[in-house]
Amino acid sequence: MSQGIGVVGLYVRDQDEARAFYVEKVGFRVHTDVRNGPYRFLTVQHPEQPSFQLGLFAPGPPVHDEGTAQALRELVAKGAMPGLILHVDDCRATWERLVAAGVESTQEPIDRFGNVDAGFRDPSGNGWKLIQLGR
Amino acid sequence: MGDPELLRRLLRAKDRMDAASHEDWPVRRLARVSGVSEAHFARCFKDAFGVPPHRYLLTRRIERATALLRETDLPITEIAYQTGWKSLGTFGRTFRDVTGESPSVCRDREKAEPTTLGLVPACFVAAAQRPDLTIAVSEKRRQEGSGTNSTEEPEGT
Repeated sequence: MSQGIGVVGLYVRDQDEARAFYVEKVGFRVHTDVRNGPYRFLTVQHPEQPSFQLGLFAPGPPVHDEGTAQALRELVAKGAMPGLILHVDDCRATWERLVAAGVESTQEPIDRFGNVDAGFRDPSGNGWKLIQLGR
Repeated sequence: MGDPELLRRLLRAKDRMDAASHEDWPVRRLARVSGVSEAHFARCFKDAFGVPPHRYLLTRRIERATALLRETDLPITEIAYQTGWKSLGTFGRTFRDVTGESPSVCRDREKAEPTTLGLVPACFVAAAQRPDLTIAVSEKRRQEGSGTNSTEEPEGT
């Protein structure tokens, strides 16, 4: 596939913290981590999804003025950014692995009409749902 | 304006209410989750999320009750208890004050309407159907009783 969505980003409060969280706890891999002065372009990937990168971007200069960056940090910390969904084969097993790794759960696994879903947040405040679709 | 570290901890209290809206959430319990003093918690929460914590909890309970009315055939008494009310009367009155219709009317209407929400993940469906309770329930009652539009909301926590 040569066309499609390549990168979608999240705002995070600290890129080192976010990189450690998504790699060591969630199980993603680093795709790109390059710096240019204060700017750092950091993306991670799901190990089974090589065509898509999730950007982990920090609000701040040179992209944002300080007022804008502060507003973005507040919005992320309040959980106001759009929810994210991770599709998994086994919601309960994944949720248990994440919680054991110290991830902040927002919802235990619940069966709903043949699907199972659970929830967690990253350290910054971005919210995820883990969804196992019924077969 | 807000300290992101504090906001992140207030979000944790909001998440805990979301995860267990049927439980009692006195300010003391919420303040402990957020690491904020009891005296400051309600003010901080309202500044962050626009509604006092008890009213946020109420919207989540109504949202959950609406979902159970729509998606299950549970008796309304059972739904009242499952969503955190201690009496059917309080549940019915509050539900009507917030949504404008009684639980049984809501159930009949919801079940009669075809829905396309099956395509939307459950968490987003829940959020979409949360009542937008921008004023206190007591104030809403008063307004509807007197037919006036009050501009100021009495502050409650």
